[in-house]
This record gives sequence, structure tokens and C-alpha cells, in this order.
Amino acid sequence: MQEKDRIVVAMSGGVDSSVAAALLVQQGYQVIGMMLRLWSETGRDADNRCCTPDAIAQARRVSAILGIPFYVMDAKKVFYQTVVEFFLNGYASGATPNPCLVCNRQVRWEFLLQHARSMGARYMATGHYALLKQDAQGKYQIWRAIDANKDQSYVLHVLNQDKLAFAKFPIGNYPKNEIRNLARDLGLPVAQRPDSQDLCFLGGDDYRQFIRRNAPDLVSPGPILNQSGEHLGEHQGLAFYTIGQRKGLGISSSEPLYVIKKDIQQNTLIVGDNERLGKQELTAGQFNWITGVPPAFSFRAEVKIRYKANPEWGEIKVLNADRVQIRFDRPLRDITFGQAAVIYDGDQCLGGGVIQNNPEDLK
Amino acid sequence: MDYAATTPVDERVLQAMLPYFQETFGNPSSVHVFGQGAEAALEEARSKVASVLNCQPGEVIFTSCGSESDNLALRGAAFAAKADRGANHILISPVEHHAISRTAQQLAEIFGFDLEYLPIDEFGQINPRDVEARLRPTTAIVSVIYANNEIGTINPIKDIGEICHEKGIPFHTDAVQGAAYLPVDTQNLHVDLMSLGAHKFYGPKGVGVLFAKKSNNYRLMPTQTGGGQEFGLRSGTQNIPYIVGMAEALFLAHQERQERTDHVKPMRDYLVGQVLESIPDAKLTGHPSDRLPNHASFVFKHVDGNALLTMLDVEGFACSSGSACKTGNPEPSEVLTALGLERDWALGSLRVTLGSGSTYQSVKQFADLLPDVVERVRQLPR
Repeated sequence: MQEKDRIVVAMSGGVDSSVAAALLVQQGYQVIGMMLRLWSETGRDADNRCCTPDAIAQARRVSAILGIPFYVMDAKKVFYQTVVEFFLNGYASGATPNPCLVCNRQVRWEFLLQHARSMGARYMATGHYALLKQDAQGKYQIWRAIDANKDQSYVLHVLNQDKLAFAKFPIGNYPKNEIRNLARDLGLPVAQRPDSQDLCFLGGDDYRQFIRRNAPDLVSPGPILNQSGEHLGEHQGLAFYTIGQRKGLGISSSEPLYVIKKDIQQNTLIVGDNERLGKQELTAGQFNWITGVPPAFSFRAEVKIRYKANPEWGEIKVLNADRVQIRFDRPLRDITFGQAAVIYDGDQCLGGGVIQNNPEDLK
Repeated sequence: MDYAATTPVDERVLQAMLPYFQETFGNPSSVHVFGQGAEAALEEARSKVASVLNCQPGEVIFTSCGSESDNLALRGAAFAAKADRGANHILISPVEHHAISRTAQQLAEIFGFDLEYLPIDEFGQINPRDVEARLRPTTAIVSVIYANNEIGTINPIKDIGEICHEKGIPFHTDAVQGAAYLPVDTQNLHVDLMSLGAHKFYGPKGVGVLFAKKSNNYRLMPTQTGGGQEFGLRSGTQNIPYIVGMAEALFLAHQERQERTDHVKPMRDYLVGQVLESIPDAKLTGHPSDRLPNHASFVFKHVDGNALLTMLDVEGFACSSGSACKTGNPEPSEVLTALGLERDWALGSLRVTLGSGSTYQSVKQFADLLPDVVERVRQLPR
């Protein structure tokens, strides 16, 4: 059999990317394991969760068992400049940013992909749960993983045809428990590490503490008002609150109150009751259509407004090349400036964009 | 292409070692015949090493590695000199292996020694006159590396040794990298202490030697105490098969010094010429001629050394850089920084060290490939 193409696998030391590498070895590819050394705060013991010495050692062991080379690349500078600064700037502008999306686009599928290409790799694979398909015209599509609970197509919506031409997601066809079984059968020493939802560069710390240390100018207390302008209390800094938040507001009220708006200009937190919280419409910017073009200028589809949110039906209206307006069938509580709205046609991920501030102002 | 990192065990060395795992396996400290057999092997190995080092067998101390030898020399001499004559001055070069520099730094930071660094020239070489000018009556120990591992530069150990001898100051040299190709006659070199590690000259890993001259100039305080093996200077049951292997490897290195040098040096010279000619913004680091004959080291401007090593490995060439960084955490090497290299040069270091398995064909392939790989790395986002 002729040797297949060279392929780089982005490894984390965890079970998913380890099995992804193992599957590609079985398929006959020339597999190279790589890990990025990402930024973490200096002077703090906590390492970036994606590349602790432990994770590196684990990935190295897996690679040795699979008989593939493994390399660690420094990406501290690019990670800080794209992901961490984006995160801090996002909070400064009143958003609740999703830095993982930027990391996927700029660090993993730009910086690492360029390194992989430069090493002569034809493909780059990750341990994401998603499916890559090609339509009759050869265009690449991203579909939900077989295992609906683990599906990660949401975070891959930032990829375009140029990137997908190099992509492989070897584990999207398997349910998670089968991946674990495969790891066990292959004798891979991947401990049952708990999945963490924390951002890797927080090192297990609360994001608020991180902001206090790294962007102290965002820690500016101000008033909490209700929608009638009544003064209800003081907030600690708008970055510490997110839309829909109820707990930790430090105000007493006869009915539960939720954060419904962050007014950056006035440094004011607006709260309201459950009914005020719901919004039926949003505008998403920096919109990426995975196939390069929207399927229509106006259509109905399902939309996820957070990674873990359930899909909701709505009317999609394409405003221009990178702006999309979505009107949901019912009001939603958690439409949050800075998070991504990702559109699905059945199990196919069509694309997504960043939820903009104050959609009503944009009408 | 990375024989300075380590070498494979020579077949003859392996054969010499094998009987001491299962046949003659005794503890050399035991009274019975098993112990006697092991002790005989130990002392024969000691004599063999002594014959190469041109010293008395009683001056050969077996350790677990070159780093341990460095530690024992520096700590042992420094603590004894402080206890015996109140000496607290340590003089070392800025291009020492970490086994010396980190040890000296700890002696300064934790134990109150006064640590002084010698100046170096642009090739990383020490001038003996600079040593002379800095010796004090309170100097506890002087340590200068024989040949630097990163840049290959050979220091004038003999001249420095003579100066130290004249003043009665103990002098140590780290010959771990040097011993594979350079003469290690301790009388000729005028050293009181010298460290070697077997795996740099086709011996096994995990065994080293410290030559410690019997002298009135200094005393060693043991850093590892216990049963009093190795003349009370290094307690712990000796690793007989490894010691036997090291003695054999050192003996072979001594016997075959000229032919080993003749094998690598022309290929190394060819490589240096090709690299400097074909790659823009490339410099040779270390001395152009006073360098280990198998050693070529370069810096390339605006190159991520770690990425360069990765690409070369993917292409089938295992090399090393100054920072020897497996964790992707790039900091310019202290040695290259000490040479005065700017960061954008020092981060792009490459060390190519040849050895018994190197061939003209592979060196040529490497030299032909390198310009393209350097260019590819320069194109990467940083």
C-alpha cells in the first residue's frame, strides 16, 4: 500500500485527540502530533489548561505508543495578541466574548495550520466532535457529530472553505463512549479527565479575578438601575455581569431581577424582571457562511445562541455579506452580545456570527 | 546529527558490560568471593581510566553522571575551602554547562559565596590573563569548561591550569563534552578536578567520573555521604557494569582519538562552509578553529529555533538548538546571550554534531535541505 499523506493532529493529551491520532494511524496516514504552548499569566503557578506539563507529558506518551513524532510549538505571543486581548477588549466593550472561537480561527486554524503546512502536511486533524462532508460541487460542509451530546460544530462555524480543505475530524463519527472504549482497547493512557468549561488561560481561576489582575481599569463600580431608572444598588464593574444573570447582583427585590442590559457609556447595569429579559431578535456580525454563500436571502432555520443552548427556530434575513438578522419564533432570555449565533439546517451547520449590541438600534 | 546530546553505546563497550549484570554481579564492598569479583572489576576499571587520565587510580572517583561530577567538584571544593581557610570566592566562566552555573548560583544565593564571572571574547573563549587578574587568596575554586556543549569552543585549559597552580588555587574543568575528542591528560592540562560523562563518548548513560587530584592545595567535602565508597567522597554501591563500560569507552576514545577526529572533521568543515555560503543571515557561533572537531553551531536571524528543529526532524534530521527546548517555551540560551547575540539571532540557533554514524552522503543531504527549511521557518507567523 502506498503511504498516505502527512497529517498533523492537534493533540491535547486528552482522550479525544489521542483517539483521533490513533484512528489516522490505523488509516495509514503519516501522522505527526503537535501541541501549542499557549499563554498563561506570568508569576502564577497555574498553567494554561490546554498545555500543562502534565498534558504535554500525556500527549508525548500517547505519541510514543502510537509510534508518531510529537512536537510542542510556542504560540504564546500569537495567543495573547489574538485571544487574550480579544477577551479583555470584549469585556471592555460590554460584551461577553467567546475567546475559544477566536482561538479556533486564528490560533489553531491559522497559526498551527501554517506550521503544519510548512511541515509538508496535507491535512490537519483535531479531536472535535463534528462531521466534515462535501457536496456534489465539492464544497465542504460541517455537520453535527453523531453524538449529539458532544457535538462541537458550534465552535467550528468560524471555518471557511480555505481552512476546511485541510481539515479532518476523525472522531465525529463515533459516540463518546466508543471513543473511550477505543482508547482503552488501544492501551492509550488517557485518564478520565473531567471536561472543563473554563477558559484555558484562566488556569482554573474565576474570570472576574483574571480581569481584576489583567485589566484593572475595567473594575469600575457604578449604579444598578431598573428600567424605570430607579437606583437599586451598586455594581462592581460591568465586566463582572452577563445578560440574564440573576445571582450575585447584591440587590434585594420582591421579585427576581435579571441583568437585561449593560450600558457601557453610562457605566450602568440595567436589571428587570423575567418578562423584560426576553428578546426576539438579534443581529449577528462578522458572519461566516461555511460554504461561502448563504442558502437564500431569507429562510427559516434553527439557531444556537450559545454553545450549550438548545437550537431555536427563527426567520433568517441576510442583511449583507457579513451581517444577518434573526427573528426567533419566541422571545429568548439569553441573547448575549459577544456570543455566537450559529445557524443549522437540520444537522448541517451553515455558519455563524457574533451577536451585536442592541439589535433594536440597528433596525 | 546530535552526537553532542548523546551517543549510542559502542558494541565493544556493551560486550564488556554484559558479564557484570548476571555473572559477576556482586557488591564490591562485600567480603565474600562474589564481592571480590566485583571489586576486581571496579579496580581494573579505575586503573584503566587512570591510565587515560594519566593519574593515580586513587584520584578517580566514579559518579552517576557528568552533572554529579560537576556538583561534587564545585560544592565539595567550595565547602571545604570555606571550612578550611574561610575562602568564599568562586570564579567561573559565563559559558558553563548548567551543572556548573546553576550549582555556583545556588552556592552564591543560598550559601553566601561570592560568585564572579570571567569575561569571554566573541567566540566564547576565556583568556587566561583574565583568570590571573581575578584570582584572590580567598578564591575557593575556579571552574572553566573545557569545550562548550552549545558552541563547541575549546578553552586554553592548560594555560589556565598553570596559572591556578602557581597561585595554589584549585582548578576544575568540565570536560563532559570535550572528552570525546580532546586529550584528557590531567598532568598536561594542570587541572585539579575534571568531570566526564560516559554517554558522550559511546559509553552508557548514568555513569560519570570525577578526577580529583591528590593535592595540598585543596580538599573535597563529600556531597553524598553514607557507606564511604569512592574514598569517602561518593557513597553508594558502585554501578559495576556501567563503570566497566565507561572505562572501556574512555579507553577506546583515547586509542581512536585521531581516527575519530579524521572521520568527522572534514564533514563538519564542509557543512559549515555550505551553510554560511547558502543561507542568508547565518552566523557560525563559537570559535572558527578552536572548536570540537565534530561540532557546528549556527544562528539564523529571524528564525524560531524550535520550529526549525521540528521541521528538520520531520525531514529525518535530528538536531539540537541552544535552548534545547522540548516544551515550546523559547528563551534565548544563556551561552548565546553571553556572546552578545541579539534576541532575534539567539532564538534561531542550530547545533549539528557529527559522530561515528555520520556519512558524507547524509551531511550533504542535510546541507542541501537546510536553506529551504530555514526559509520555510522564516515564512511562518511568529
